[in-house]
Amino acid sequence: MSSLFSFKMPEHGFFVTGEPMIYMADVLIVLVTLGIIFVLTYFKKWRWLWDEWLTTVDHKRIGIMYIISALLMLFRGGVDALLMRTQLAWPGLNFLNAQHYDEIFTTHGTIMILFMAMPFIVGLMNVAVPLQIGARDVAFPELNAVSFWLFFAGAMLFNISFVIGGSPDAGWTSYTPLAGNELDPGPGENYYLLGLQIAGIGTLMTGINFLVTIIKMRAPGMTLMKMPLFTWSTLITSVIIIFAFPVLTVALALLTIDRLFGAHFFTVTAGGMPMMWANLFWIWGHPEVYIVILPAFGIFSEVISTFARKRLFGYRAMVYSMVAISALSFIVWLHHFFTMGQGPWINSFFGVSTMLIAIPTGVKVFNWLLTLHKGRIEFTQPMLWALAFIPSFLIGGVTGVMLAAVPADYQYHNSYFLISHFHYVLIGGTVFGCFAGLTYWWPKMFGHKLDERLGKWAFWVFNIGFHLCFIPMYLVGLQGMTRRIYTYPAETGWGPINMVETIGAFIMGIGFLIFCYCVYYSARFGERDVTGDAWDGRTLEWSLSSPAPHYNFAHIPKVEALDAWWHMKKEKGKKKEKPEPYKPIHMPNNTGMPIVMSAFMFVAGFGFVFEWYLLAIGGLIGVLLCMLWRSFNDYDSHHYVSVEEIKKHEMAS
Amino acid sequence: MAAISEKATSSGPLEYSTEEGSLKIFGFWIFLGAEIVLFATLFATYLVLHGQTAGGPTSKELFEVRDFMIETLLLLTSSFTCGLAVLEMRKGNKKGYMAWMAITLLLGLGFLGMEIREFVTYVSEGAGLSRSAFLSGFFILVGTHGAHVSLGVLWILCVMAQIAKRGFTPMTARKAFITGLYWHFLDVVWIFIFTAVYLTGVVT
Repeated sequence: MSSLFSFKMPEHGFFVTGEPMIYMADVLIVLVTLGIIFVLTYFKKWRWLWDEWLTTVDHKRIGIMYIISALLMLFRGGVDALLMRTQLAWPGLNFLNAQHYDEIFTTHGTIMILFMAMPFIVGLMNVAVPLQIGARDVAFPELNAVSFWLFFAGAMLFNISFVIGGSPDAGWTSYTPLAGNELDPGPGENYYLLGLQIAGIGTLMTGINFLVTIIKMRAPGMTLMKMPLFTWSTLITSVIIIFAFPVLTVALALLTIDRLFGAHFFTVTAGGMPMMWANLFWIWGHPEVYIVILPAFGIFSEVISTFARKRLFGYRAMVYSMVAISALSFIVWLHHFFTMGQGPWINSFFGVSTMLIAIPTGVKVFNWLLTLHKGRIEFTQPMLWALAFIPSFLIGGVTGVMLAAVPADYQYHNSYFLISHFHYVLIGGTVFGCFAGLTYWWPKMFGHKLDERLGKWAFWVFNIGFHLCFIPMYLVGLQGMTRRIYTYPAETGWGPINMVETIGAFIMGIGFLIFCYCVYYSARFGERDVTGDAWDGRTLEWSLSSPAPHYNFAHIPKVEALDAWWHMKKEKGKKKEKPEPYKPIHMPNNTGMPIVMSAFMFVAGFGFVFEWYLLAIGGLIGVLLCMLWRSFNDYDSHHYVSVEEIKKHEMAS
Repeated sequence: MAAISEKATSSGPLEYSTEEGSLKIFGFWIFLGAEIVLFATLFATYLVLHGQTAGGPTSKELFEVRDFMIETLLLLTSSFTCGLAVLEMRKGNKKGYMAWMAITLLLGLGFLGMEIREFVTYVSEGAGLSRSAFLSGFFILVGTHGAHVSLGVLWILCVMAQIAKRGFTPMTARKAFITGLYWHFLDVVWIFIFTAVYLTGVVT
């Protein structure tokens, strides 16, 4: 009971001190917060923010909030990367000390995977999937808002660690016993465990939501094999999420219980098994990397087919290869630790299963190439990202097969060769996919195109920087440079190569800034999308005005073929012909419950991070009360959009 | 829920009569799928750690056959009465539903009481969560199930209160049906705990 009322301070104090960069960050955080409050108050935007965004259950707006958060996290993770690259630019630098470097590579990895790639992908799913299947929202709009706000609460909890209490420092994989209480006490690792836990629950709910949406809410006539490929990739991804994320939930919970309540799942003493963490983590972790790559594959399929002006080559093979990849993703996890003492038979099995993934992936690459073959290719900015993806992902994939060869992996493992491999697939695959998707659906989200000239500048600068940064990493990795070292002696001769990498990294940063300027410029001067069909698209989202009305479809479309909108345009020659009268549309009300509940979740998470159990329990009770309140008050949570309002919207577009 | 009308879409059971109802029931089945993965992970963890007693008490020394048999009987019976309650709900008999559900909750509370007593006994014998990896695995697996049952009791109480006030509508019937699914699911998990933890535990 005494521990319930103990508000002990971490060893190094509540606020992180001692580094000039941290003080600068403190000042910036305060200034930016005050700035936001001032702007909102001055322009009297609080009401608007609450009514239109914070309480929204509209999938399109939730998608936009996901993407904004993801871009902020890309900035944060990118700054981490530049700090690391600065430290490594030359041998023997002291820009960051070893501890600070450990913290930064941990937060870089965790943020980029879980708080950048995931929300970016989920954001694009939210924006596009209901529109692609002719639905008016996802199956559970309120749950969708809960998912977003839980992700946001988890991300914010993780992000405050660097100014309050200290950042986690055991790597994004957080291997025990290093991440256990004995070797790494204090709030840092707790932030990792609780931040991921809260965001992970949100992701699981997203998986369930999109599975139900796609299975149950497709427009009449849209059979499974008439679904757009991005929708297919979302469906398969949802299944992976449902099977993989509970494992993460358990792994994080067990390590939390080890650290806070003295259990012995992963300790070396009392019979615990540190290796079990590696297994549990990667049983989730490997499917997780397919969760962020398969939707990118879906985006590339849409973009390549649209801008090659051709039906996708080998649609069925594309679907089956994604299914095969999703199944294989669950039986390869051990390749992340070939060198941690399994026997040759086990390693062989996982080596072979890993190499097998190259087959369906190869099928997909050939299908994209054959879609391009004899197409009338338009080099728009989404298409550039998609075209740059193919060779980049090929390099990443081939080096992946090299790493899967177990005996050779004993040489490559833990080196910069590995670092370059997974950056090639995650940047060349997922990040390029996110940018392709973002630039592709931008007109649908905001009603104007992104400026082509600036967008292409951003693309080329980012791309050149990317290869300049990561090609040399393969070389320096083969020369023996291992990951997670904060400096290296000059005698190794790695200095010049590292300098090139650092220059490449900063060029990528410049590319990102050009993209940000492009966003600003396009909002003011970009080409307005008046038709709603900015790219002469093939799927149903392009049949709506841009941005789409909040109810999406005034009439639910009837689907007759793959590429339904293309079919409607070309085969029938009729466009938006709507003889039927409008009917009132049943839509869910906005609700403040998701954000309030997630705020309580944040409080609970913070309580557990600092082991202030009174606060933690208070937060959890708040969460529970929110659920009870919702259970008793969900009887009138809908309204009807009147025929007049629908007419007004449809006339305007 | 958008695009979902409240009008009845079929003449089937009340809880499936609206599109919203059938979507939510389907969604809950998927959620139970995720719960199975969650429990499977806990089972795997427990089974891996079963022999890791670190010189502390083993499962054979701790588990009492009489106690876990009573726990099992209480929970299995509660699943049966829960099924009867849902049948009464299908007949539109509010009183019958309330009565069987009250019995279900009493049996559930009896189960929880037994489990809490079991946990307290172990801890007082020095066999707590931190004693060994085996006991960590045991308390977290069985405790997670117990926490689910506790939440279930609270949840069913809320649903009963709503049904008392509103009677059976497509919405309240759907809630009653989903809480029923949840309760049966916990029963299924318990059968695995009974087999993999308790029965296996007293023989090896």
